[in-house]
Amino acid sequence: MKVIGPVIKKIPKLPDVKKRAIKLSENAIKKTQEVNRFFLEVGEFNLFLWLTVKASFSRSFEFKEFVRQCYKVGNKTLPLITLTGMVVGLVLTIQSRPVLVDFGAVSMLPGMVALSIVREMGPVVTALVCAGKIGSGMGAELGSMKVSEQIDAMEVSSTNPIRFLVVPRVLAATLMIPILVLYADALGILGSWAGANIKGDITFVLFFSQAFSSIEFMDFLPAVIKTFFFGAAIGFIGCFKGFTAGRGTESVGKAANESVVLASVFVILIDLIAVQITDML
Amino acid sequence: MNIEKEITTNVQADTPSLLNKKVIEIKDLKKRFDNVPVLTGLSLHLFENENLVILGKSGSGKSVLIKCIVRLLNPDHGTIDVLGKNVNELKDSDLAELRKKIGFLFQSGALYDSMTIKENLEFPLKRIKKNLSQKEIDEKIEEALENVGLSDTLYKMPSDLSGGMRKRASLARTVVLDPEIMLYDEPTTGLDPVTSDEISDLINEVQEKYNTSSIIITHDIACARAIADRVIMLNKGKVYQEGTIGEFEESSDELIQSFFRTKKLASHLTK
Repeated sequence: MKVIGPVIKKIPKLPDVKKRAIKLSENAIKKTQEVNRFFLEVGEFNLFLWLTVKASFSRSFEFKEFVRQCYKVGNKTLPLITLTGMVVGLVLTIQSRPVLVDFGAVSMLPGMVALSIVREMGPVVTALVCAGKIGSGMGAELGSMKVSEQIDAMEVSSTNPIRFLVVPRVLAATLMIPILVLYADALGILGSWAGANIKGDITFVLFFSQAFSSIEFMDFLPAVIKTFFFGAAIGFIGCFKGFTAGRGTESVGKAANESVVLASVFVILIDLIAVQITDML
Repeated sequence: MNIEKEITTNVQADTPSLLNKKVIEIKDLKKRFDNVPVLTGLSLHLFENENLVILGKSGSGKSVLIKCIVRLLNPDHGTIDVLGKNVNELKDSDLAELRKKIGFLFQSGALYDSMTIKENLEFPLKRIKKNLSQKEIDEKIEEALENVGLSDTLYKMPSDLSGGMRKRASLARTVVLDPEIMLYDEPTTGLDPVTSDEISDLINEVQEKYNTSSIIITHDIACARAIADRVIMLNKGKVYQEGTIGEFEESSDELIQSFFRTKKLASHLTK
């Protein structure tokens, strides 16, 4: 009896089985809906990409809006990029110096830092900063336009909102982010020179000549090419998230947040692919 | 007035003066959102130079209906003929051409908040009326703003305007394109009674001046009284009742009465 008793107690009663079955089926439905939503979003993403590419090659190009967006993307991000670029170069130098001193290779410092800034740190850090600043800005702006029916109003007045809102933003980000990266690279090397002079003593000319003598054209070219893809991804994802925002005001914040997350993930993925391709060359 | 709980057939207007050309004809329109039916076989028509007011509770499908007319939403079933063209079968380029003849006043006004009022009016004009010179555009903008009493707001941003002014500016942006059909989505919602009356007067002025045919979605009975040639009440995604505003007010139908009673009480309290 002592053995049988607890075994019998463990067998669930019929209503419990029913409840569990209901809970399980509810969970299954929930998971299926999540999977459906994911595939729906992938479909929307591809459709939006196709419409954007199609609108990019249409006859009437919104040049004035493109210039306005270039100003917004480029000029308004400049202070942030200035600070980030300088600090990256400075910190990288301060962190690397002690190791190089141990190996008696301080003379390699300018070249090493310049190479890492040009090939990796400059493009990736700038792109991540831009994903935060530009991606979220575009997501929030277009999201609020969607909520306040401005995009619908544009569509009803026979203006293609993708041609007017998305194409100039994506092109502006594609063009301006490589320029911002070059600017960040230059400031990074400048910051590195400042960092090298905190504990050491090296002239500006010597530092820059050593830095540039270690950079080859093939270090520079792939790094610049990938920044165009970073820019396109940041601009496109910001616009996509804004355009597909829901109807409530809460969805504006959600669109901005998702823009940053997705754009950052895309930047890292593009960088990974670019590194693999560069490695094969 | 013969009241039927669910009218599924096309309802014909009795007023002889309104027996003009049909500019919009909708048959058996159905639309669902996430398996929730919103429009369940709606049929109606709009005559030329007519102000058709559509009443109904929230969620009865009024806004969905006018968004389907301009194909901001695609219906699941049914046909929508606008100026003799089936909206659902039009190619994008033909749809854009048709939309040039339709003005849409959004509930929120939907002014582009990064542009001044002048730029808001210029935006559709420059893209649709491409043959106009800058001088002609400026003249049209000034005229449209003067008609809505906003001549002095040319260089103001939408955020600098009050709710009523934004609605009027939005109306100016719509009529500046000389539309043949106007669709108003709750034009007086959120406005005080005085401003609501001004908007109602403007809707009548627009109809007289531009010879437009209009569908007006509203909850505002005072607005409906001021502008309606014909009234349709929607319920559960279908036409529930059609008639003049007088017929609606005299109706003994419980649903209609509950709607008008509430509105009368609200109007009384406002006064």
